[in-house]
Amino acid sequence: MKIHIKSGRLIDPRNGIDAQRDVFIAAGKVVATGAAPANFGANRVIDASGRVVCPGLVDLAVRLREPGFEYMATLESEMDAAIAGGVTSLACPPDTDPALDEPGLVEMLKFRAKNLNQAHVYPVGALTVGLKGTRLTEMAELRDAGCVAFSQAEAPFADNQVLLHALEYAATFDFPVWLRAQDPALARHGVAHEGEVATRLGLPAIPVTAETIALSTILIVAGVTGARIHIARLSSAEGVAMVREAKSRGLPVTCDIGIHHAHLSEMDIGYFDPNCHLTPPLRSQRDRDALRAGLADGTIDALCSDHTPVDEDVKQVPFSEAEPGATGVELLLPLALKWAEECGLGLTAALERITAKPAAILGIDAGHLGVGATADVCIFDPDKHWRVEAAALKSQGKNTPFSGIEVRGRVTHTLVGGTLVYEKK
Amino acid sequence: MWLDPGNPQLNKNGELHHLLSLEGLPADILRQILDTAESFVGVTQREVKKVPLLRGKAVFNLFFEPSTRTRTTFEIAAKRLSADVINLAINVSSQTKGESVLDTVANLAAMQADMFIVRHAASGAPYLIARHVAPDIHVINAGDGRHAHPTQGLLDMYTIRHFKGDFTRLRVAIVGDILHSRVARSQIHALTTLGCPEIRVIGPKTLLPAQVNRLGVQVYPDMQSGLKDVDVVMMLRLQNERMNGALLPSAQEFYKYYGLTEDKLALAKPDAIVLHPGPMNRGVEIDSSVADGKQSVILPQVTFGIAIRMAVMSILAGN
Repeated sequence: MKIHIKSGRLIDPRNGIDAQRDVFIAAGKVVATGAAPANFGANRVIDASGRVVCPGLVDLAVRLREPGFEYMATLESEMDAAIAGGVTSLACPPDTDPALDEPGLVEMLKFRAKNLNQAHVYPVGALTVGLKGTRLTEMAELRDAGCVAFSQAEAPFADNQVLLHALEYAATFDFPVWLRAQDPALARHGVAHEGEVATRLGLPAIPVTAETIALSTILIVAGVTGARIHIARLSSAEGVAMVREAKSRGLPVTCDIGIHHAHLSEMDIGYFDPNCHLTPPLRSQRDRDALRAGLADGTIDALCSDHTPVDEDVKQVPFSEAEPGATGVELLLPLALKWAEECGLGLTAALERITAKPAAILGIDAGHLGVGATADVCIFDPDKHWRVEAAALKSQGKNTPFSGIEVRGRVTHTLVGGTLVYEKK
Repeated sequence: MWLDPGNPQLNKNGELHHLLSLEGLPADILRQILDTAESFVGVTQREVKKVPLLRGKAVFNLFFEPSTRTRTTFEIAAKRLSADVINLAINVSSQTKGESVLDTVANLAAMQADMFIVRHAASGAPYLIARHVAPDIHVINAGDGRHAHPTQGLLDMYTIRHFKGDFTRLRVAIVGDILHSRVARSQIHALTTLGCPEIRVIGPKTLLPAQVNRLGVQVYPDMQSGLKDVDVVMMLRLQNERMNGALLPSAQEFYKYYGLTEDKLALAKPDAIVLHPGPMNRGVEIDSSVADGKQSVILPQVTFGIAIRMAVMSILAGN
């Protein structure tokens, strides 16, 4: 299958390209950009005039809910959502049921995903058995089965000794470890940021110290062990400052934030909107501004959807009892564009944080469109305004605080490995 | 805010449709409730204590959390308005069988309910219910988690107005466990809306919520400075489970430093009044000599509480 993507504006942040340039694909790879290779007879020409052609998006956190939570979402529904959002590579956290702590589970997930022939799925393996925080998993085996990194998802370690040993063991093999910085005791029973809104609404609160104390511990242990650390879903201004300082010392640490935290704050909880019950909690406007600035100056490397489809039954309950999380993989692109526009940055800056940078964190050869690259491509109309309608999302989870808002930038085509897997009708 | 959902308590004409919180309600509506309650205080003192305003209406007391006092006062108030009252203690029936709040409410709504009085342990639960009931059903929050207890806040305002007249010259102190108190939050919102110029909160830092000053109050760490020259002292109940642990070392130490005794009350103005939402822990947050003393208005609060609830129900039914 040979595809000619014609007349589009090619933006490839990793290769520093932002130009009107055609893309030629054959045998699943990019074979040329600009002028056609000799004797290139396209089977399909995609007219991308007025559109942006960029590397397929790379999302660092998409919960596919398999195995174990198929009533909330299935691989089929969430992969459909991913490609409709232009996402061609995604990492899925290990907080499934059972947790991704055995090679067999990881192989099954990879196998099921591969058969769907849609986005590439990169499982993040459990760091401890059952995510219970006590016994290490067979990380090397899990890596061989396809895990790209290891994490505790939202689960705590039993104590700091396990954290220390987990990082030492991972460092032995140079496996990246992805951690959420949240002290379990300080966050216990909490459902909202400790601040004005939680005080007004009488919601049990999670202080910023829950993040900074845990982050401080992680950074110290990372320094001692030499482990490669990725901090997932940073939420506070103080946290951003700590990561910035650690990076300036040369610590090998990367971090990401979720789309909700880049745009929303505690104020958006409004009258107990359960779609704003998130982990970590939405913090103050000052925190949100610091996250946005950190994403702009490179302290925060990547933006992810933190896609968490949740069944309506577990959201239609009082705020504190609602299952945390929001669906979002279909909104990653427009919300990245919105962030960049509001920060006075261009399309390249937006796309870099959802293509090249997360690909580097995952350690995968994706997120760019140089000659020879796997032809994972996202084509979108950068000027198309559209209204987010929860019911129209392809994800089985309709739980989004963005329902009803108008965004800009709509995916029209998604290619994975040179195959057109999504086309907007 | 991305989208302003509007105040879910008000109908299109800006009238009260549900009573969920005192926050965000205009002063006119608060005064309307207090004035209406005043007319019902007369009714409660008549020989025949009934008016027909809610005749034929079905009022459901939906208590997802146990309560005797509040449920009883709502029941009395509804009966004095000639409504049919159905009491449901949900915690011992459907909830234990796994039925969701909304399923319970949908089932009861199908029994032609006109009004739900809701008590729930989770902050915001009455908002969830109000969002999902049919447009002709009214919801009254009878206490949700730490969030709000609007009829308690209103009866406290009624009591203050009854004894002190005007709010705009008062200095009011709220004492004790502000962090976990829905009563304190409702009192604070009502006082600020009604123009009270000085609201103080007094308590140890473990029992004060973050940025409480943003609600329009001043924080005082001790009774000596906090009670000085106040006109109104509003005590809060300290829950048993908070008394010994990481929030407070002991009930004894709390009583010594924050319990309202005659000595401490002497710091307030000589004609200061003392309120307590009940039930009281005598010897923990309040001394018996104060609770039963001449400055205490704790029993009138209970009487006014019935009139306030009658006022709220009749106003909602009329809107």
